[in-house]
Parts: sequence; C-alpha cells; structure tokens
Amino acid sequence: MLSFRLPRSKTFDALEKIARERIVILDGAMGTQIQNLGLSEEDYAGHSGCACHIHSDHPQKGNNDLLILTQPQAIEDIHYRYAMAGADIVETNTFSSTTIAQADYAMEDKVFELNVEGARIARRAMDRATAADGRPRFVAGAVGPTNRTASISPDVNDPGYRAVTFDDLRIAYGEQVRGLIAGGADLILIETIFDTLNAKAAIFACLEAFAEHGERLPLMISGTITDASGRTLSGQTPTAFWYSVKHAQPFTVGLNCALGAAAMRPHLSELASVADTRICAYPNAGLPNAFGQYDEGPDDTAKQVADFAREGLVNVVGGCCGTTPDHIRAIAEAVRPFAPRQI
Amino acid sequence: MKEHLLRLSGLEPFTLTADIPFVNVGERTNVTGSARFRKLITNRDYAAALEVARSQVENGAQVIDVNMDEGLIDSKAAMVEFLNLVAAEPDIARVPVMIDSSKWEVIEAGLKCVQGKPIVNSISLKEGEEAFIHHATLCLAYGAAAVVMAFDEQGQADSYQRKIDICARAYKVLTEKVGFPPEDIIFDPNIFAIATGIEEHNNYGVDFIEATRWIRQNLPHAHISGGVSNLSFSFRGNEPVREAMHAVFLYHAIQAGMDMGIVNAGQLAVYDQIDPDLREACEDVVLNRTPEATERMLEIAERFKGGAREEKARDLSWREWPVEKRLEHALVNGITEFIEADTEEARLAAERPLHVIEGPLMAGMNVVGDLFGAGKMFLPQVVKSARVMKQAVAVLLPFMEEEKRLNGGTERESAGKILMATVKGDVHDIGKNIVGVVLACNNYEIIDLGVMVPSQKIIDVARAEKVDAIGLSGLITPSLDEMVHMASEMEREGFDIPLLIGGATTSRVHTAVKIAPRYTHSQAVYVTDASRAVGVVGELLSPERKVAYIDQIRAEYKDVAERHERAEAAKRRLAIAEARRNAYKVDWSGYSVPAPGFTGCRAIADWDLAEIARYIDWTPFFQTWELKGVFPRILDDEKQGAAARQLYEDAQAMLARIIAEKWFHPRAAVGFWPANTVGDDIVLYSGEDRVHPLATLHTLRQQTMKRDGRPNVALSDFVAPEGTVKDWVGAFVVTAGPEEAEIAARYERANDDYAAIMVKALADRFAEAMAELLHERVRKDYWGYAADETFAPTDLVGEPYRGIRPAPGYPAQPDHTEKVTLFKLLDAEATTGVTLTESMAMWPGSSVSGIYIGHPEAYYFGVAKVERDQVADYARRKGMTVEEAERWLAPILNYTPGQTEAA
Repeated sequence: MLSFRLPRSKTFDALEKIARERIVILDGAMGTQIQNLGLSEEDYAGHSGCACHIHSDHPQKGNNDLLILTQPQAIEDIHYRYAMAGADIVETNTFSSTTIAQADYAMEDKVFELNVEGARIARRAMDRATAADGRPRFVAGAVGPTNRTASISPDVNDPGYRAVTFDDLRIAYGEQVRGLIAGGADLILIETIFDTLNAKAAIFACLEAFAEHGERLPLMISGTITDASGRTLSGQTPTAFWYSVKHAQPFTVGLNCALGAAAMRPHLSELASVADTRICAYPNAGLPNAFGQYDEGPDDTAKQVADFAREGLVNVVGGCCGTTPDHIRAIAEAVRPFAPRQI
Repeated sequence: MKEHLLRLSGLEPFTLTADIPFVNVGERTNVTGSARFRKLITNRDYAAALEVARSQVENGAQVIDVNMDEGLIDSKAAMVEFLNLVAAEPDIARVPVMIDSSKWEVIEAGLKCVQGKPIVNSISLKEGEEAFIHHATLCLAYGAAAVVMAFDEQGQADSYQRKIDICARAYKVLTEKVGFPPEDIIFDPNIFAIATGIEEHNNYGVDFIEATRWIRQNLPHAHISGGVSNLSFSFRGNEPVREAMHAVFLYHAIQAGMDMGIVNAGQLAVYDQIDPDLREACEDVVLNRTPEATERMLEIAERFKGGAREEKARDLSWREWPVEKRLEHALVNGITEFIEADTEEARLAAERPLHVIEGPLMAGMNVVGDLFGAGKMFLPQVVKSARVMKQAVAVLLPFMEEEKRLNGGTERESAGKILMATVKGDVHDIGKNIVGVVLACNNYEIIDLGVMVPSQKIIDVARAEKVDAIGLSGLITPSLDEMVHMASEMEREGFDIPLLIGGATTSRVHTAVKIAPRYTHSQAVYVTDASRAVGVVGELLSPERKVAYIDQIRAEYKDVAERHERAEAAKRRLAIAEARRNAYKVDWSGYSVPAPGFTGCRAIADWDLAEIARYIDWTPFFQTWELKGVFPRILDDEKQGAAARQLYEDAQAMLARIIAEKWFHPRAAVGFWPANTVGDDIVLYSGEDRVHPLATLHTLRQQTMKRDGRPNVALSDFVAPEGTVKDWVGAFVVTAGPEEAEIAARYERANDDYAAIMVKALADRFAEAMAELLHERVRKDYWGYAADETFAPTDLVGEPYRGIRPAPGYPAQPDHTEKVTLFKLLDAEATTGVTLTESMAMWPGSSVSGIYIGHPEAYYFGVAKVERDQVADYARRKGMTVEEAERWLAPILNYTPGQTEAA
C-alpha cells in the first residue's frame, strides 16, 4: 500500500550535505557520446556467438539503451569519463527502457534486465571513480517520457482519444523503476517531461515501487519547454507544472534539453521563484545546426550555466543533448565560485 | 515560498492567496446541479457540454466542478470522456478542475485524466478510518487537494459539536497518519436547509458558520467550502428569496472564514442591495436570532415572490418571443448564451444564410445604433453587442461559404470596406479597436492591420483589398508626422478614398493645417471619437451625399487653418535669451535635500498586482471608454451611470482575475544620480565628486509671452545649478509587461473584443498605477526625502506630494528622444524588457517612463510652441542637426521649418 510516511534512503543525507555546501554536478549527454563510437547494427545487437547477442527480427541500430546489454564496457566508460570530469551524479542509459518505448524495437521483454544492468553499470563506473579520487558519486536512474502522450490525442479528429493511458504508463514505469532500484540506483530522475500527466504516472509508479522497497529514494523531476510560448508541449506554464508535481516532494525540480541555456533562462527563473525545493538545470549545448549537430563549445555552455549560478537560480547543473565530458568539466569549473540557491 | 497556500493548476497556476476572499467554483458542469448539463451529457452532446464549461471559465470561475453522478449515465466513462475533451480545450483547461463524485471509482478515473493539480470532491470518514486513509493517500499520490466532508461512521455531522469533532479528527488523521499537506484540505462542514418549519433545523446556519470559525482558528491552513443552494431548499421556486438568503449566509460565512463555494455567482443578490425588510428576515433565519424567524420569513417570502426583486431575477420570458425579436433582444442586451441556437433557427427559416444577416441581425444592430446615437446605450454595451453579432455571423459563415462554393454566388454586401491601422512607430490601439468594433457593428467590413504599420503596407493592402476608406490612429506625437507622410503617400500613389484621422494627439486643427492640404484627391477627416465614426464614414461613402459633405469639410478646415495662422501670428514669442532671464527662480541658498539611498540604477521585480491595483486612478479608464466624468462620481451620473457601473463591475471582475491568476508580470527600473544644472540642461555625474558627467538631460523652455510676472519655465529650473548646492535627479521605467497583447489577441480570436479592449485598458491603468506606487516608494524610501508621507493611494490622484515625475513626450518635455538617454541610464531594455520603437514609443504600450525631480516647488507645465532660436540651440546641445531636432519637435514648432524666417 502507498505511503507518504516511508523512511528515507541513506542517499538523502549524503546528497543533502553536498547540496548545502555547493552546486551539485550532473553528467552530460549519452547519445552524443554513443554516436562518436560509430557503432554498426552488429555492434548494437551484439556479435553472434557472443552470449550477449540479441536475437531479433527488428534492426536495433539506434536503440542506445540496448548497448547496456551488448556494449556494457563502452557505456561504463562513458559514465566513468563523466564522473572524472566532475559529475557527482550520472544518469543510467535507460531513457527509453520502458515497454512502451522499447516496443519500437520489439524489445519489451528485455526492459527489466536493461534497467537492472543499466544501474549496475553506472554503479560500477561510479565505484571506480570514487576509488580514484575519494569523492562520493550517485547513480540516478533515468526515466524518459516515452514516445506517447497521456494528455493529448494523436488524432486531430478525435480529441477525446488517447494512445496511452495513465495506467499503461504507470505499469510500464513501475517495471522500469523496480529494475533501477534492483540494480542499485540511488535516485530516480524523471526527465524531459513534455506531458505532465506522463510524469504524474511515473511519480505514482515510483511511490508504488518505494512502498514495496520499504524506503523512498530521492526523486529528481525535470520538464522540458521547447515552445516559444514558454509552456510544456501539453500546455502548462512552469508554475502550473511545479504545482502538478509538487506532491512528489522531489529532491530537485527543473528543466532540461530544449533550446539551450539562453532560451531556458526565463522559465528556470520562474520555476526558481515558486518552487520550495532545489532547482536543477541541464540544457542542450545550444541549438542543433542544419546537420543536427551541436556546435556550442564547452566554454560557451559553461558560461551560460554559470550565469544561472551567479543569479542564484540553481542547485544542480549538468548538460543534455550535445554536451560532452569537456562541457561538464567546464561547467563544474565555471559554477565553482557560486553558492547554491537558497531554498 | 514555504507559505502554506492552496496551490492548484490547470494549464495555468492558481494560488489561493490572502487577497482572494472567496473562490468561486463553477457549478454548471455538474449533472446533479444543472438540468441542462445533465441533458447534454445524457444525449452525449459533448460539444455543447464543453461550451458550458467554457462559458463558466469566461465568466470568471476559478475552478470548475465536474460531476457526472446520474443514474442513467455511465458516470465513470462520462467523467473520463469529458475530462479528456476538456484537456484539448486550452481556454477551459487553463483552470483547475474539481472532480466531484460520490463514487470513489469515478473520482479515481478522473484523477487519471488531468495533468494539473485538481481538487477531489469529496472524501470522508463515512466508511471508517482505513478507507479514509486509503482515499486520502491516493489523492496525494495523484497530486490532488481534497474536499473533506464532515461525515463519519455515524453519519453526517448536523450539530456544531459533531462538525468540529469530525473535522478535527479528520485533520489529525490526514496530517499525522497520511502526511497530507494541511493547506490542501478543504473542509465541507455541511450546509443544510433552514427555515423548514422543523425546529431542529433552525440552528443549521449558525452551526455551519460557527464550525467554520472554529476550524479556521484551530486547524491551521485548512479551507472551508460548501454547497450553498441547500440552505434555501424550503423556498424552492422563490428565486428572489433564495438569492437573498444565499447572499446573507455567504456574507456571514465568509467573515467566519469560508473561502470557497460552489455557487452560481451570476445568480447572487448583492448584500447591500437586498430590501432591508427581506435582509432583516434572512439574517433572522440564517443566524437563528428569534424563534419566530421562520414564520416571519414565510410571510415576507410571499411578498417578495413577485415583488421588486423579480426584475433582477433572470427573466427569460423573452425566450418565448419570435426568433427575430429574440435576436434583437440578445444584440441589445449583449447576451451570447442563446445566440448560436437562435441564429441557427433563423437560418433554417431563411431562404439564404445571408438573409439572416441582412434581415434580423442588421435590424437588431440598427436598434443598437439608434440607441447609441440617442445616448441611451454606451460604448461598453455596444461592444458587447458586437460580440453577440460576431458570434452570430460566425455561425452563418460556413453556410455562406458553402453556398458560395456551390453556386459561385456573390459575396455578402457590406456597407463598405475600411482599412484600420496604427501608424508606424506607434503601438497604441485601444481607440482604433473601439472604432473598428463600432464600424463593424454597422455592417462595415474592417481590415485591421494592427499596430506599427508602415505606410507601404497600408497602401499595398488598401489597393489589393480595394478598400473604401482608410482609418489611421496614433497616440504619441511623432505619429502626427507619420500621418502627414501617409497623406502625401496616398496623394502620390493616386488614391481617391477618404482618410480618417483619430487618436489622442490628433486634432481637428492638426488635420486641417497639416494633413488635409497634403491629400487633395479626396479628403482627410478628423474623427473626434468612436461615436462619430459611423456618421462620418456614412457620409463619406454615400454616393449621394459624399460630394456635399466633402465640400462642407473643406470649407470648415479652410476656416480652421486660417484662424490658426492668425492666432499663431498674434502670439508673440520671446527670444530664448529673454525667456531664460524670466526663468523660475528657486532660492537655492539654504536648500538641502537628502542623498538618495543608492545611486546608479536598480531593477525592481517584487511587484504585487493587488498592491498596484490599489493605486489605479479610474477616471482615465472611463475616458478610454468615452465615458467622461470623474470617478467615483461617474458611477452615479444620471445619464452614463448605469453603463459606467456595468463597465466598472466588468473591470473589477477582470481585475480580480488579473491579480489572482497573475496575468501581468510587471517590471521596473529606477535610478538616481548626483545632478546639477548647466543652463537649460541637467547634468548627471558618475560620482559624488561631481567631476565626471555621466549623461545630460536636455530641457525645453516656454517662450510664450507671459503676463503678471509669471515665469518662462523649463524643467532645469527645479534642479540646483552647478556651484550652488548638491542635488540629485532620478529616472524610471515601469511596464505592466507584454502579456496584455497576447491575452487581448486570445480574446479577439474568441470574438470577444470587449474583453480584448478591457484587458488593454486595464494594462494601461496598471502601468500608470505602478508609476504612482513607485514614485511613492521613491519619496518615502529609495530617495527618502519624504519618509513621513502618509497619503492613502487614492489621495495620490491629485498629486499632493512633493516632487514631480515628468515624462519625455509629455507637455513639460515634449521631446521623445530624451527617452533614449533614460533607457541607457537605466539599462531599461535589459531590466524591464521595454523597447523603444523608431518613433520613440515604448513597447509594450502599457509602459511609463520619466525623471524624478525632488524640489518642493517643482510643478508640471506645458512648454507649448517654441521658436527657431531655441530649436537651433537645443539641436546644438543635443548634438543633432537642426533638421533632425525640427522633425522630433514638429508638433511644437512655432514656425514652418525650411521657410526663411518671416520678418
């Protein structure tokens, strides 16, 4: 049975201590790092003859989450590079590891395993990093939005229709979150939220999983605003979004992805003015160019993120699409002089 | 941020702050409360059901209650379907919903459909503590606030003691066992019918009110709600009495702390306006003041059943009339509720959809036009009529297009096509929009190009659309020149259609002297106000009367121009040197003013809309709507009073929403600098050592010949000259924010011009009120030279305080380019988001800027016309060419630039 009176996991105290002292650093993009590996279909699916080989009639190239099972060392190395660049928290490579998102690759039956292993790989990389420099590190189980919306009909002629329901999402997220907890994730990060109802289903699933687990983990909640209107895809203002997820008592609320740091600023500022919890921001490295690549260099992104810190808007910062370990190093460096936002 | 406030959301946030005395929960999307809604849902007419929700939100419901509890409906399916449809309507989904059902499974199904934070109505201890905890935990897990009924295992609480016992117990369980935030608890301590004749019921009103008081005092942060209509159940059928009872009950319950309710605000009597006898009787029953209360109430109820109150009760007898009369009634009274059905009925009866417009709708608008012309209707009412007309036409349009498609038929014959635009460089459009609406009401087709429209675009569109006349609007003085330019361009491009000139700075004299002579192919005509527009355009476009009318205008303008020229020649101006000798002389010896609390500039973001609203001067608001008179006297004006009151009421309703829903995001920049004058210039220094000049504020001096020893003033006279004493000058920019434009556009898209104009008019008032409020803070705090000042916000209208805040572009300093200096000093673009157009208008339009001068003798004045000698000197001081200075000062030049000086 659900409960809002569960004991807190030990991560809370450790993280809260760091967050009181300084701005906490989150990692950067996984996708860009994977692209740089130049992997083939065979690399994605795993080499035949190898135990990790995935048997599927569907092509798997582009199914980045699957690399957890087929290229675990490559993923672990990326996590490790981010940790050594200064990240306190790294995200598991599980953005699309739900039955709903994996349906595109017919990989629904691998979902639990993806999340368990995804958390374990990140844990291993963090343990290596902590052994190297003695700094504590945390694994955030990444929970993406899926590719369906619970508040919007995909059929313009039938506005009452829904391609996915709250319960579909709750069940899918539940499986993901249970896997992440089993694999040793320290936090759960519900990210790139474009439809708050999806996020509310994820929150509900977390509450159910925490109740089973017997303690609650810190939650990070991050929306995305891609419209010039300054609203989420599903139409909410940043303040309305915060009111909708406040009941989760998240460790942080914030924004990620979208149109880069500069475009994020006013929305972040609004959120910071209303939210009575920590604020997290991890923007893209600017806007993609005509070829879909991100040109903004580490110093450019770091300068803009440092502006957030200078204005006292943030407690946790990192990078989203297009950012690299160099970006994270520059960001960590740039925000060091600034105190975290007072709550 | 840690305040325990109830925070809800739809697409937009809603916070129940202390400024909101009562949250109005819309009750019309409740099948148990509205027979009409029940019918729509039973018939699965979801489109109409959505309209019910939409109109509730439009009419100010801050939350909408959705209830599908009806035996013949699959309540759960209906709840899901309706909420999913609402999610697709941003106008409705804007506000939070109250998911209302007596069945938990219906509530839970509803909770799975809303992305915002809703209210659950309701949960209770009825099935025991375990079920209560389960439901409350789920409310919290789904992210909802909850109405908690005063109901336990024994039943509904009917006495004061039972009410507070159950609420206290529920509160303890929720806060201690569930972890429910106390601010998200809304108690419903049960409103029961009173005056039923059963003695035990007599104290129900008092029990509720006293329980409310106890809960607010003893259960921190919890709220109180209730369904008010139960109270008067025994007076079913006697609406005037029911409304009076509800009003009296709410009056007392709200004072005790009831802050939310499911009520139909449109059907509530105003406490103060209830007949004293009836009110007395209501108080007796509500407060159970005498054993005879019920008896007396029954007697008096008979008297009021068909009495004076009835005209105020909703009279729907007009719904029995023939459709033509119904359309007329709706147009004259601005009622949109039935217009779509009535229009459809008229269309079915008509041979062609066009006939509905040409027939009953135009007939109705003619009645409106006649009443308006006769001064029996006022502009706000006419704009409401236009809203009804637009909605009716919107119903017919698809049919007319279909008809056109089928037979390639002719277009609807309009009285004429008018192009309207606010000229390049200017952003003000309230007046233009009003004229557009009034003309549209009179069957003119309006092409509105909006604001800041370049002349070439006006010309291109006018030609492409073959318009019959062009209307230009502008508020700031540079727009006058743009209009002259426009007239020349129309002449050059060979146009021969009338040109209408309107807006605050335009005048008959300017039009006659400067504009009309440039456009000889047709006529430029000054239009005083919107009420004249129809008459003027009617004459100008009438094939029969046009020529005679233009001749008459020409004769009149010739006369005006000649008289103007004679008057100007007669007014002697002083040479600038002579004017300077007659400057206002302040005795600076012994003068001292405290240094401001800071120098340099600051951005101020901590604006409270409710506080700003208290500083609103309403008189100019009524002027915007062409109701002339001083507030609040205008509300009692014999002729305009009724319209003014309605307008004021509508404005207050919107104002409440602006505040509650934070429609505007005001910003301001303010700064102070050490300053002294050098000649007619005010020099600002970067440091207190007054060595390095930072900027120069240039001023203009009156050159009119003065009598009786009155001085020729310039603003610089009120600042201490260099080498006398230390002085400072301040500067500011305030803006209500850019939101008004988007909100107005949204209303326009919804065919609601009345609300669109209203929001702009209110945004302007907010900016002015901010300027007043900021000036007060400057005097009392930032500069602090009048720290002890104790004027109330309403006293400030007469400017009784020390110091002035003249604005560039206004009479004391008519040069708009001084704004550039102000904006630079304040870094105003960056801190306030306000930008200057090429004509030096501020965008957003609801912005105010100016400088602060602190001397007690400083006053506002008009520079009036200036001479060539001062302009040449001014141009030199500003580093402009003389031609450039002449262009910016064109409206106040006492000579014609370019011509050699007349002897």
